[in-house]
Amino acid sequence: MDVLDDPSDLPAAVRSALEDRAEDPARWTRACQDEWEADACCLKFPGANPEGRNRSIEECSALFESVLRGTSLPLFVYGCGQEAKDAKLLEAISNAGAGERLALGLAGEEGYKSIAAASMANGHAVVGFSNLDVNLAKQMVILLTDFGVQPANLLLDPLQAALGMGIEYTYSVIERLRLGALQGDSMLQVPLVCDCTCAWTAREATEEIPALGETAARGVHWETFTALSALLSGADAVIVRHPETVGRLRAAIADLQAAEG
Amino acid sequence: MPTAMEIYKLLPKTNCGDCHVPTCLAFAMQLANRKVSLSECPHVGAEAKQALEESAAPPIALVKFGGADRALSIGDETQLFRHEKTFYHPTVIGAVLDDTLPEAQLKAEIEKAVQASFVRVGQTLRLDALAIRNASGEEAPFLAAVRAASEAGNLPLILMTTTTSTMERATALAAASRPLLCGATAENLPGMAKLAKETGLPLVLRGARSLSELAELAGSARSQGLKELVLELPAKSLGQMLRDLTAVRRAAVKTQFRPFGYPTLLALDGSSLGEVSAALAVFKYGSVVLLERYTRELLYALLTLRQNIFTDPQVPIQVKPGLYSIGDPGPNSPLLFTCNFSLTYFTVSADIEKAKVPTWLLVVDTEGLSVMTAFAANKLTVESVVKALETYKVREVSHRGELVIPGIVSRMSGKLGEAAELSIVVGPRESSGLPKFLREFAARPSTS
Repeated sequence: MDVLDDPSDLPAAVRSALEDRAEDPARWTRACQDEWEADACCLKFPGANPEGRNRSIEECSALFESVLRGTSLPLFVYGCGQEAKDAKLLEAISNAGAGERLALGLAGEEGYKSIAAASMANGHAVVGFSNLDVNLAKQMVILLTDFGVQPANLLLDPLQAALGMGIEYTYSVIERLRLGALQGDSMLQVPLVCDCTCAWTAREATEEIPALGETAARGVHWETFTALSALLSGADAVIVRHPETVGRLRAAIADLQAAEG
Repeated sequence: MPTAMEIYKLLPKTNCGDCHVPTCLAFAMQLANRKVSLSECPHVGAEAKQALEESAAPPIALVKFGGADRALSIGDETQLFRHEKTFYHPTVIGAVLDDTLPEAQLKAEIEKAVQASFVRVGQTLRLDALAIRNASGEEAPFLAAVRAASEAGNLPLILMTTTTSTMERATALAAASRPLLCGATAENLPGMAKLAKETGLPLVLRGARSLSELAELAGSARSQGLKELVLELPAKSLGQMLRDLTAVRRAAVKTQFRPFGYPTLLALDGSSLGEVSAALAVFKYGSVVLLERYTRELLYALLTLRQNIFTDPQVPIQVKPGLYSIGDPGPNSPLLFTCNFSLTYFTVSADIEKAKVPTWLLVVDTEGLSVMTAFAANKLTVESVVKALETYKVREVSHRGELVIPGIVSRMSGKLGEAAELSIVVGPRESSGLPKFLREFAARPSTS
């Protein structure tokens, strides 16, 4: 489940499910662990974006440490999406989390070097990011591998699109990534992490439109189907936001793995 | 389709030329490429004819049901993965109603099903079919429910009973709307097969507990001469569903295993995993999905998913060109343009919404290409932008006198400014820069 440093863009359905924990990333993370039984959390810093709230690196590091102290869940830590800031931010986070097994992201074509260097120094994994394309995904893996990141420390986010907003495109790209890996292309043999919280950016997931049924329930369906697309096409891990989505996916994954019957 | 050599073996090998092709081998090669038809050869034996026709049949049969105005087509798929070509026939989503429901409730449920439709990006999405289930085990309530459903409109019907005499009477009630018979089990196959043949209606094969039982049942139905069959798969767990659906599709398209060369049907119970099961069937080869319970929001999400997965990956996904308003823009609001590749449109409009600045967004017809690709391919030109400004009467609503263009096509600003008689403002190169850009842009006065 993802945990944000700044909840101001959360849709109403998620906000009400999180209650006042949305304001406190450490409590939010603990609830992911104890109440909603997520396998891991992904701490994101949209508030660090220089075009937005521009939270300082020191402040972000302190917040990260408070989250880390309060949970035993494995942590992904993502930046704000602005590569220049993320390079510095994730370097600081990596140093603060030395000795922990973090996964740092997202390492894109421009800012990957400082993230990869920090992760290598501190024993962390890196999540490479590529923009919806098999060749770009492969190129990102090659860049990180050439830089010295070991296969055991390398993950890839191939960019998941939301239901209704190009989901079919990502479904096919991820299927092709997985098929390429199974056919022996070593530069595609990386675990895939798909961020399905993009579902909440779809207007159809959050807007009050009576003809389309109840809004909060529609949002959870939206996120569940987006995550199911990732799982069926080849994702090894999915990141979601609504506690109810987690419950449904856990049940679905268990049932998918049920013995032949 | 068999290879030329396989066909050649079945031909007379006399090189008579009566088919207007000099040799039998040349004829076989043309046949393998579907350039000629087997009927051109007057000498081919009946046995060879049958063998060839059978092997030339599509890997999965096309099955149609529903009346003329709402006919549904299922099956006739050729791929395991949509990126290999496309998926052709969208999963049919239907609702199941039991004939044990009290009359008023039954009527209300039928009405709910008839009303279950939405318009999304110009297409009507709706619940496709209504399945009436003979839960009572008796004839009279079943016939009453079938009558009520067929009188309520033209929704295609699926008749769910395994009692042949009941099915026969229900068929007579609904014959005009070509219902799907559901169906035949290992026990009632002879009677149901006879009814399906007499009425020419498609028949579902039910009750198999494993794929081998299903193959056996399909083999028997085929030997009775039935062509339009549908295979019901047991849906015990998601894992089994996924394995069975994949095995059936793979056997049909990869090894031409004929008993599995038919569309599939899944009747889902109302469990909490019903939602995920239905979506899984849309992704993974389900032809008909029957739901016991559904809400409007679930149906909308499911139909959206189906619309997405069954788009043709060979055709760029497009949005309709035109002038879109985001927020509630007025004459002095910013005016932007972008291409009609739908992923670009979705990204740009989401970023504009993030800015919370009411904006006019002109979507130029670039034949579904992205901004950069369209610019390079001469699909996004000064002329096409000017034409869009005129066609969609942009000047009637936007008086700001400024046009914001994507940063990556800043090169067109000079000529575009002259041709459009607007001052050109070069916007950010990436859509993600729009929120900041728009907030600053909207805050300063326009130049005109």
